Formats: sequence, C-alpha cells, structure tokens
Amino acid sequence: MKIQYVATGIAATFTLLSTSSAFAVTEISWWHAMTGANNEVVETLSKEFNESQSEYKIVPVFKGTYPEALNAGIAAFRAKQPPHILQVFDVGTGVMMAAEGAVKPVAEILSMGGSTFDKSQYLPGIVAYYSKPDGTMLSFPYNSSSPILYYNKDIFQKAGLDVDNPPKTWPEVWEAAKKIKTSGAASCGYTSTWLTWIHTENFAAWNNLQYGTQENGLAGTDVELKINSPVFVKHFQELADLAKDGTFKYGGRTSEAKQVFLSGECGILTESSGGLGDIVKSGMNYGIGQLPYEPTAEGAPQNTIPGGASLWVFGGKSDEEYKGVAAFFQFLSQTEIQARLHQVSGYLPVTMAAYEETKKSGFYEKNPGRETPIQQMMGKEPTENSKGVRLVNLPQVRDIQNEEYEKMLAGEQTAQQALDNAVSRGNAAIQQAIGN
Amino acid sequence: MALSFRRRKSLSPRVVFPNRILPYLLVAPQLAITAVFFYWPASQALYQSALREDPFGLSSKFVWFDNFVRVLSDPNYVNSVQVTAVFSLATALVAMAVALLLAVMADKVIRGRGIYRTLMIWPYAVAPAIAGMLWLFLFNPSIGTLAYGLRWLGIAWNPLLDGGDAMVLVVAAAAWKQISYNFLFFVAGLQAIPKTLIEAAAIDGAGETKRFWTIIFPLLAPTTFFLLVINTTYAFFDTFGIIHAVTGGGPGKATETLVYKVYNDGFVNLILGDSAAQSVILMAIVIALTAFQFRFVERKVHYG
Repeated sequence: MKIQYVATGIAATFTLLSTSSAFAVTEISWWHAMTGANNEVVETLSKEFNESQSEYKIVPVFKGTYPEALNAGIAAFRAKQPPHILQVFDVGTGVMMAAEGAVKPVAEILSMGGSTFDKSQYLPGIVAYYSKPDGTMLSFPYNSSSPILYYNKDIFQKAGLDVDNPPKTWPEVWEAAKKIKTSGAASCGYTSTWLTWIHTENFAAWNNLQYGTQENGLAGTDVELKINSPVFVKHFQELADLAKDGTFKYGGRTSEAKQVFLSGECGILTESSGGLGDIVKSGMNYGIGQLPYEPTAEGAPQNTIPGGASLWVFGGKSDEEYKGVAAFFQFLSQTEIQARLHQVSGYLPVTMAAYEETKKSGFYEKNPGRETPIQQMMGKEPTENSKGVRLVNLPQVRDIQNEEYEKMLAGEQTAQQALDNAVSRGNAAIQQAIGN
Repeated sequence: MALSFRRRKSLSPRVVFPNRILPYLLVAPQLAITAVFFYWPASQALYQSALREDPFGLSSKFVWFDNFVRVLSDPNYVNSVQVTAVFSLATALVAMAVALLLAVMADKVIRGRGIYRTLMIWPYAVAPAIAGMLWLFLFNPSIGTLAYGLRWLGIAWNPLLDGGDAMVLVVAAAAWKQISYNFLFFVAGLQAIPKTLIEAAAIDGAGETKRFWTIIFPLLAPTTFFLLVINTTYAFFDTFGIIHAVTGGGPGKATETLVYKVYNDGFVNLILGDSAAQSVILMAIVIALTAFQFRFVERKVHYG
C-alpha cells in the first residue's frame, strides 16, 4: 500500500514539474479554414514562428470550411473557451464587427506588443475594409484576394481570338464567349465562380454603382439594397440570355466553376486571384486579364474590393497571451514573409513594403498578370460605392441572391424579377437581423 | 451480488424485485444518457426557441412565441415542408420497393446466395456524405459519367439549375444507401414465411405474381411496416449529409428539407431563435408521426 502512495506521489510531482515547465511557453491557438496548398502555408508559418523565438508557441487547428470555422469560433466563445486567433472569411466580417465586446481590435493588440501600430504600412484598400468607420483596424488581413479574368489561350487560338488581348468589358466577354461556342473551340464560352461576390458586390464597386445605402453598410447597419438598378438588370439579363444556349455555364454558388474551366469546357473564367494556384498546377496555357467592366456605367472601371479572410482576436485573454498574438502578427507583417506568401499563393500582399519588394524583384515581369488584382484594387481612390460591402448578415443575403439567380438562370424568372425579389427578401432579412 | 427475484403467486409473468433501490441503479446509466443527450439539449432548444439573440449571445431578449409565428408565416418554411414531404415519401418508396424486388430475386437464387447477399449489404456501410459525393460525381453535369450518358440520350440533365433534377439526384442517393438495410430485413422476412403455404398455393394453381401479392406480401406486412417507420425517420434525419454534399439545398430552395433549413438558418445565417423554433417544430412532427404510425397504422398490420 505504502509503496503505491509513494509512487503516486512521485508521479504527481513529475506531472507538476513538466506542466510548470510548459507554462514558460505561452500557447496561442489559431483556428483556420485553409486546405491543401494553403494549409501547408499555415503549418510552415507557424513552425517558422515557433522556431524563431522561445516565448510563444502558435498552435494552428484546422476547423473545416470558412462557415464552419466561424461557427466553431462562435460556439467556443459561447462556451467561454474561444481560441486566441480565428480566421474569418470576408462575408463574416460584418458578423464579427457586430460582436463588439467579443473581439479585441487588432490595432490595440499590435500596440500592446511594444511597437506602435502604423496603418500606412498596410495596403489602404484592404485596411479600409477591415476597419471600423472611425478607422480602427479590427482584424489582421491574412489572405486577401480580388476577382480577375482567366482565359484559356489554346481555346482562344482555336476560336480565332486575339491571344494577347483578353476582353476588357462585359460586351467584349459576351462576344468572345459566343465566338468560342459557335466556332466549336469549346462547348461553353464563359463561366464564373461566386455570382454574389463577383457579379454583385464587385460588379457594383468596379462600375461605381451603389450596392446598398449607408455606403454599402460601412457607415451603418441599417442598409437598403440597391442591386436592382438598371445597370444590374441589364447585366444579369445578358447573363440569363447567354445561359439559355450554354454560352454561359453556371457552375455553382461558390468556386465550383473553376473545375469547368480547368477541364477545358469553358474558355473564359472570372475567379478570385486566390484561385491561381490550382490553375497553375493544372498546367493550362492560361492568361490573366482585369475583371471586365460595364462600359455604360459612368466612371467604370473604379476599383475592386477584397475577398479572402482576416484574423480576428477574441477578448478576455491575458496580456501575456496578447503579446504573443502581437509578436505573431509582427512576424506575419515582415516584408520577406508577405512577399513570399503573395508570390506562392496568388493572394495579395498585405503591406506596401512587400508589394514594392515583389515589384523590385522583377516578379511581375516574369509573371504577367500577377499584378492585376493589386492594380485593380489600388488604381483609384475608393468612392462610397467601392470601399466594400458590409452587412451583419451578408452570408444570408448572399444565400437569397443565389436562390434568385438560380431561378433566373433556370428560366423561371427574368433578371428584373430576380433582382427585385433579391432586394425585397434581402431587405427584410437585414431588418430582422438588426432587430427591427 | 446475488440477484434474487421471485414470481408472484398469482402466476403473473411480472418479475418483482425485492430490492427497492437496485432497479433504479440498474436503469440509471440509461436514464443519465437519455437525460444528457436528449432531455437537456431538447430543453435548451425549447428555451432558445423563445429567445432572440445575436450569434455571440451578447444580447438576448425573451420573445415568447415570436420566433414560431415568424417561422410558420414564412413562405420558405411552407416550401420546405413540401420539399420534405416529397423527398421523404419518394426516398422511402424507392428504397423499399427496390429492396423488396431485390430480396425476392435473391430469395430465388440457390447458388452463390451468400455472395449476392453480402454484396447487397455493402452500400449500407458507406457514410451519407460519401454516398452523396459518389452520386454527385456520377451525375455532375460537367464531369459525371452518367450525366454524359443522359445527355447522349437527349435528356437535358442539369441538377445545378433544375430543381426537379436535383430532387431526383438526392432521392436516388438517399434511397440507394438505404436499400441494403431494407434488403436485409426483407430477406429475413421472406425466410420466415412458411414454405408450405407457398407450396400449397402453387398446387392450387396460383401463379408466381398471384402468390406474391396474396401470400408473401401480406405476410411480410410486419417487416414492411417496421421498415416504413425506419425509412421515414431516415429520410427525415439521416439524409442531411447527402443533401449537404450534393445540392446544399439548392437550386433555389428546391431541395431544402426541414432539417437542412434548421442547419442553414442556424449555422450559416446565424439566426439562432428561428433555427431553434424550427427544431422544436421538427421534434413535435416526429413525435406525432411516430405516435400516429404506431397507434393507427400498426393496428391494421397483420402479425402472423
């Protein structure tokens, strides 16, 4: 009996000792939603950070798709055990911003790390999107992207189109798509991922059209949608008409259409710049162009708005832990890291220095088109219509839009009906979400 | 620990435990599991269904039955009820009809019977989401092998935009997965039917079809009824993975079943009150459905 007690005692002492030595390293949990090549980047970054110093340890945890990761974070917060860092996709931005008291602004955390936070270091278009109306940056932009146009050069050649000049406006895209289809170069001319993000939110910003009141939600939450104005209706009716004979092919609500392009079924694709990795991997003879604009819209092209995801920090942690988070964000902001992330993944660099560095290295000359998403976003000073779209329930509003677009593309309703329905249903949902 | 019990003198089959505490102790684990995994979450859902809350739970308001009123007056909810009815009926019917046909056929096979049966049971081991992906790949309008065949036959197949096509696809995937289970029970049911009855009918000159409908099918009724209950609950609750993987409730809202809507409103749109109200309604529907089936349908079933 006695020996057993002594043995338990020793074991307990050892456990105590080993845990107390582990306490010397502050663990920082990072929940993310990155898969495949992008997941490898997350793992590498964490490993490099952990090896670069001995005080903090970043522990990355994969939490499923973007919506799943957001939900996991919210559930953990409700259970009073949130992670330190949560990666939230662009549409979740409004959700997180509405949760004042649950999150700690990144600007505050960075200054806790000792160094003062200098906003001008970061790309203005991206910082504006992740900041409060008063300019406080709330989350750390990790992977930002912008929609661009990809085209299959082999199909262009076969169809007798100019391989070096991708279409610049929507009417030019329709012409090229029809030519691809009628010449038999491919069975479909044009396809697009994310009709909500590319053809609605970015269509509005790029053509300087109002998406909703209150500066598209950046100035306040009580937003009324405006996406049934004539230019939108014209654009969507053209899409619906092209869908009838298969010149435009619908792939699905998110990024499914990329497969249709990769398989060579369609000649032109509009997709996030973050989708570049897969297209490079496929070995296709591809080209990149700007996101097309609508020539009848005044002031087009304006600027595109960022997509992707940012890192949010939950409140209620100790100062020591926040210092660790700050150290990690400092690490991520290093020019060398940012430049590498940008060049490997097709996501945009977050800091000006990384952009300049990549430019100087001659990367853009060797890889034509890779600067396009940055130029699109930085080309002009953003207007009220083009700073971004922020709704407390953007995921739901996108769902409604998708449903109406699908009915339109199936020929059950016209573009005018689809957009009118999307506006009235969307407005009702927004009113409910803000508690009216 | 000696477990002693005696029979009452009245020869009643009831078993009486002399110890007052022991029976409670013996059922305690089961009760605890039911309490933790059913009553507690169910009561949480009830409570949540009367609240209006932001996703983070930072502010919440007690609104009595407001959420129910809103959900029930929402045309999308009515649509979802219709979709669920069509989906569940079609899935149960297809899964049971095909399984019965296969079971009757397999019953006739004499050589290699075991191999056929084993092969038939395999799909049951496939997870719903994986089954969904398999069907999605086969019928994907761009890359699907079978979709290519359909197009070749001149059928405009596009489950991405055509609600009917999407429904056919999810019903096929859901039914396919359940066929094996039904098959197993039908085979067992067929084996329980006395051969003498069938032989007697054969001597009386009844043909194969006649024998099936007048003897085999009525005698299978208990199995059929049991499977009807199982298949309906399966179609209601266990098909979420398939719908999630194949259509995500689309196109439009053509395949958004009640369970999928609970998920979508709660976990994608983050409207917790509405979502909880829907799960409470769902709970009531299932209780009612089961009670109805056992009280009224079962009475008419002939247990041989």
